[in-house]
Amino acid sequence: MPKLIKKEIRITTPLADKVIKSLKTGDKVLISGIIYTARDVAHKRLVDAIKDKEKLPFNLKGQIIYFTGPTPAPPDKVIGSAGPTTSSRMDSFSPALIKKGLKGMIGKGPRGKEVVDAMKKYKAVYFAAVGGAAALLSKRIKKSEVIAYEDLGTEAIRRLEVEDFPVIVVNDIYGDDLYLKGMKRYAM
Amino acid sequence: MKEIHFNDIADKIAQMCIDAACNLDEDILSALDRAIEIEKSTLGIEVLRQLKENAEIARNESLPVCQDTGMALFFVEYGEDVKIKGGLLNDAINEGVRQGYKKGYLRKSIVNDPITRRNTQDNTPAIIHTELVAGNNLKINFKIVGAGCENMSKIKMLKPTEGIEGIKSFVIDTVKEGGINACPPLIIGVGLGGNFEMCAILSKKSLMRPIGQPNKRMEIASLEEDILKDINKLGIGPAGFGGRVTALAVHIETYPCHIASLPVAVNLNCHASRKKALIL
Repeated sequence: MPKLIKKEIRITTPLADKVIKSLKTGDKVLISGIIYTARDVAHKRLVDAIKDKEKLPFNLKGQIIYFTGPTPAPPDKVIGSAGPTTSSRMDSFSPALIKKGLKGMIGKGPRGKEVVDAMKKYKAVYFAAVGGAAALLSKRIKKSEVIAYEDLGTEAIRRLEVEDFPVIVVNDIYGDDLYLKGMKRYAM
Repeated sequence: MKEIHFNDIADKIAQMCIDAACNLDEDILSALDRAIEIEKSTLGIEVLRQLKENAEIARNESLPVCQDTGMALFFVEYGEDVKIKGGLLNDAINEGVRQGYKKGYLRKSIVNDPITRRNTQDNTPAIIHTELVAGNNLKINFKIVGAGCENMSKIKMLKPTEGIEGIKSFVIDTVKEGGINACPPLIIGVGLGGNFEMCAILSKKSLMRPIGQPNKRMEIASLEEDILKDINKLGIGPAGFGGRVTALAVHIETYPCHIASLPVAVNLNCHASRKKALIL
């Protein structure tokens, strides 16, 4: 039985191909650098922009998108609580972004076949952060700035600077899946 | 007749919203402690510890436990001998939600219409269920209802002859299908009987109980225990990363129903069980 627990791996964004190839399902990863937030409506707008051949608000190449809609920042903080939201709501949009160079996504819950296939084909990784650990995760965010779709409020695209942001690899580029593996191991 | 002022209700509700979002109750914290003791997966234990640490950070820094500070849900027991001065109960509650979500820097997650979807900017309206009771108390039970787990909840009208086995397999299948998305370890609210809308309300009501407090009827309490055991055999585990603790508790509430019906509602609740109560 392969061990699911490993030492934490530190990676920085944008993600190099070498790093992506080295990441395996079940790896505990600490991300540092810039990541971008986007959820439902922002995804729809990004994919519409690609369809209409418009310029995107940020270059997707090598980047990570974090599926989150934070609480408002209190006066003494850079951001409010910011945990992952359910990723499957982004399934119909993610493949188009992966095709454009997106290399990582952070969310919670399983992804659809179309996303898993795109991740394998274009070499991208899906990470999970712990759902409901939003206060803890917010402490790893050092800067936050709205860069697009400000009208969407909490759903706007934010550029976050993160330091040792804790995630775990769910889907690697080799087609492995932590949720399936974990369930199989502990089912009675 | 007891008079309660509109503003008193609104102020108390505002405080209750912030308190619920940032301070988890003892029942969920000790349920997580018990889970740490029985979990077999090392990664699962790490997740559970992270959740405890998260609760501590939230409390110390007045940060919401989860960024989804939800739709505000109220079960009100309105004493017949209570008179609200200065306005209507529902307006007072919504005013409290408006103030609390602003003052507490909670996320405003409500859109005005399911189709046009414009954010109302103040997290109103709340969902309010009011029951008229005897006496001169106004009891307000509040719950923050996030969408992650709510979206994975289900309702089914079973055939009466499907019985206990039918109920069990519907609850377990619901967890199997959507459990990972709902932020496990879960608290599972089950409404049995009544009719279509009643069983849904019962499933939600059951989640207002302290976590793990069994149903008063022995046979229902043992059904809760049975279903919990089966759910924890699924292997989903904390955060869905695999493990023995997929659910912390199963709560069932029942109501009489039609000879031809066996309605079942399964309301999944994430581990961030945020509820508060107050009596005025």
